[in-house]
Amino acid sequence: MMSTAAVQVQSDSPLAGALPKAKPIAVRCAGLTKVFGADENQVLALRGVDLEIYRGELLMLVGPSGCGKTTLLSVVAGILDRSGGECTVLDHDYARMTVAERTDWRGRHIGFVFQSFNLIPTLTAAENVAIPLLLQGKPPSQAIRQGAAMLDRVGLGHKAKVRPPQLSGGQQQRVAIARALVHRPKLVVCDEPTSALDATTGKNVMALLREVALDGERCLVVVTHDARIFHFADRMAHMDDGRLDQVTAGPQQASH
Amino acid sequence: MYVIALKMLFGDWLKYLGLIVGIAFASLLICQQASIFLGLTLQTGSFIRDTSQGDLWVMDPQVRFSQDSQPLRDTIVQQTRGVAGVEWAVPLYQAFTRGQLADGTRITLLLVGLDDATLVGGPPLMEQGALADLRRDRGVLIDAAKAAQKLYMKRGGGREVQVGDHLSINDNDAVVVGSYRARDSFFWDPVIYTTYRRALQWAPRERNLLSFVLVKVKPGADLDQVRSTIERKTGLKALTNQEFIYLTANFILYATGILINFGMAVALGFIIGLIVAGQTLYNFTLDNLRHYGSLKAMGASNGMLARMVLLQALIVAVLGYGIGVGLASVMGLAASQLGLAFAMPWQIPALTAAAILLICMLASLLSLIPVFRLEPAVVFKG
Repeated sequence: MMSTAAVQVQSDSPLAGALPKAKPIAVRCAGLTKVFGADENQVLALRGVDLEIYRGELLMLVGPSGCGKTTLLSVVAGILDRSGGECTVLDHDYARMTVAERTDWRGRHIGFVFQSFNLIPTLTAAENVAIPLLLQGKPPSQAIRQGAAMLDRVGLGHKAKVRPPQLSGGQQQRVAIARALVHRPKLVVCDEPTSALDATTGKNVMALLREVALDGERCLVVVTHDARIFHFADRMAHMDDGRLDQVTAGPQQASH
Repeated sequence: MYVIALKMLFGDWLKYLGLIVGIAFASLLICQQASIFLGLTLQTGSFIRDTSQGDLWVMDPQVRFSQDSQPLRDTIVQQTRGVAGVEWAVPLYQAFTRGQLADGTRITLLLVGLDDATLVGGPPLMEQGALADLRRDRGVLIDAAKAAQKLYMKRGGGREVQVGDHLSINDNDAVVVGSYRARDSFFWDPVIYTTYRRALQWAPRERNLLSFVLVKVKPGADLDQVRSTIERKTGLKALTNQEFIYLTANFILYATGILINFGMAVALGFIIGLIVAGQTLYNFTLDNLRHYGSLKAMGASNGMLARMVLLQALIVAVLGYGIGVGLASVMGLAASQLGLAFAMPWQIPALTAAAILLICMLASLLSLIPVFRLEPAVVFKG
């Protein structure tokens, strides 16, 4: 288990310039590797990634297609096993958990926002939002009520009983954001959350994410190559060919 | 999460309907074919059931079914009466013979001769006249319900044979003195009752003419002991009513191929149900695979997803089964009205339920394979 105490950063660290002041660590990866396939078909998706993500920050993982952003996000989210190195998330090491423990833990502590929303079309917006609570065993009526309340927070309270196909892309992503937050996770992972949206809608979604999702305890990790939303980041981790090239301060941190 | 599973199922109404129809069809096929099969099987024993006043049938060991009588010596009756534990023993004549209706229509009929003194072995229910009317000169009894089909005179305007009509049996004049109601039979030819002595007069000349001896065992006597004594003394075979029914049913089922045909139909129902339900459930699950991936990522275990899929299958099974068995029951009612073979005791719906449940469980287990294999990381693949 890792300590959540504030991290003192060495002044000669390549990440130093990008680090916020004395925030507790939410995610710590050291020498993280991920290999797909075997022998001649082996693909090194992550080649020793060192990265720390802090509570209360929005970190963007950026880089060209195939550079390992989504693989890193998947390992951090606990939906993909790492091949080597270390990775602790909210003081927990997935490698020390059974599959069942990890699944349960993920359901309680991580929120997911997907590129194509992944809403179940036969459920209402409120029912979709309620899924993480239902997975925790909450009674359906209570879960759906909480789901509707969360929808209210993302400005879609009036759409609680509407099914996803009747919502616009932006509205669907707001429902997905509500679903990612309804169970108050400490880590929210977003995979290309704006790539299926037009520029204005994408910016609105990111603004909403910052406004609703970010608090002192929760951190957001966003995989994107949409340069139009880079300015929402506190820090940006630049990846290339499975490696973390550099972590830079984002405009949001600069503006603090 | 069961609410979610049900909403996923009901929400996609077209696939839901497809699943229900597939299961209902399988259910109908299994239940209906099994009921027709059982109905036919039971009908093969109708004559024995209608002639079940005795406890034992004494017959030639080579007899294969109820209408396959082999001639016995008349003395067998006396020999049987002499066995300890026998309350009474009466002769029964039974043979296919030629007949001709008053309008000249030629028929083949099963002539049954009942013991003149007791008329034991007669039809269980009289429609017109009385069993004792058989003692009237040249008297015969006909099946009232089947007369329209089996004893129909086409010439002269067309009508069925009625009480009072004459017919010829082996060139002997017979008078219809009454009509009876019998169980629906698997065998087509009309059964015409007369007395034993008259039947022997009308029968083609043979050295021996006795077909069966009907035996009643005294109250308190050991049936098996009486039976073995009869068999030892006469060298013949003695069967209980139930054993004779089984013997007949088994012979008919194997000799006619009914068992194979209906067995294949029931198996076909099972296989079609499995294929239809399996494919539809599999496709339904595959279509939702992305959602299952999301649920897995969000914390749903394989066990939870399996329970969701099994619940969906169970709902489809119950509804499809209900519709299928309901339709089979309606068809059964219609078949009964038409006098067709159909018997659906509770065991058939119960076995159908088990088969449908098995189909749905197999189908859902098949569809669970991709769910279990699914890596939750797939949700991040665009």
